[in-house]
Amino acid sequence: MVITKNDVLKIVDKIVEVIKENKEYLTELDAAIGDADHGINLDRGFDAVKQKLTTLPETTDIGTILKTIGMTLVSTVGGASGPLYGTAFMRAGQVVQGKNELSEEDIVKIFEAALDGIKQRGKAEAGDKTMIDSIEPAYKALKDSLENNIALPEALNRAANAAKEGMEYTKNISARKGRASYLGERSIGHLDPGATSAYLMIKSFSDVVNLS
Amino acid sequence: MVGIVLVSHSRKIVEGIYELASQMTGGKVPIGIAGGTQDGRLGTDATEIMEEIKKVDEGEGVVVLVDIGSAVMSAQMAIELLGEEYEGKVKIADAPLVEGAIAASVEASIGSDFDKVLLVAEEAKKLNKF
Repeated sequence: MVITKNDVLKIVDKIVEVIKENKEYLTELDAAIGDADHGINLDRGFDAVKQKLTTLPETTDIGTILKTIGMTLVSTVGGASGPLYGTAFMRAGQVVQGKNELSEEDIVKIFEAALDGIKQRGKAEAGDKTMIDSIEPAYKALKDSLENNIALPEALNRAANAAKEGMEYTKNISARKGRASYLGERSIGHLDPGATSAYLMIKSFSDVVNLS
Repeated sequence: MVGIVLVSHSRKIVEGIYELASQMTGGKVPIGIAGGTQDGRLGTDATEIMEEIKKVDEGEGVVVLVDIGSAVMSAQMAIELLGEEYEGKVKIADAPLVEGAIAASVEASIGSDFDKVLLVAEEAKKLNKF
């Protein structure tokens, strides 16, 4: 199964929509352990993404679309999620430069590049109570599933489930990165907002592919 | 002259430090400021930081001073976005924003080179208030 450019645009639309729906929720999560702006920031960023994508020529390839999303997030989000998700999308764009459809292998590469980009930018690892706690298990589930010849929609479904488990796990650990790390042990009991928004994005990806 | 770029989540913070540092250096040092988002929220914007670095660059290097959290990441990203042309010529000082900015600006104003300005900025974190 391949993911076409049209699918990519549908996935982005879905992410824009889901972030908007969860704007208040993400901000509430951030109010508990951060600076109460995650939902608002991401919503502004993805609104700008939606706007920006309408200005791209029809012939724009998927790599350029992803890089444009990254640059837009970097310049509009404001908080740490700007450079983090910005780097993720830009790195993802680099590995599929010039492509107008994505193979299953390309999708694994995109996840890998995004994950590595976030790790490098944030100097964080799994277990630090960050977006990595959702993305890394999702990447592993996707890769394992595809290597075991599971069809892409189901592989993405498993990735989304793994991201959800990873997100839920952040509730049990204390933050070692970002504003929440100032709270140390007191951050236990709260979901990480970044892990939550990352899960929502991965779930959006899976939902669009499973419905089409 | 070495350029300075000040980065904060708050536009008012960098405007204030700019005012202070410009007064102390008689406006001689090119100082850029990047703070807040384009729509007036608190935050940092890597592309704004990149533009400010380009603006203050006179060919002798640019020292970037940042506040907390995403300011560091956005500044690192800005430097990456500038590409090879600026490699090694732009660095983030591991220094407190206010003290570092003033120390760096004064040092730049007397014509010191990039390494010296960066060093003096970083030494500002050892300054005792009493």
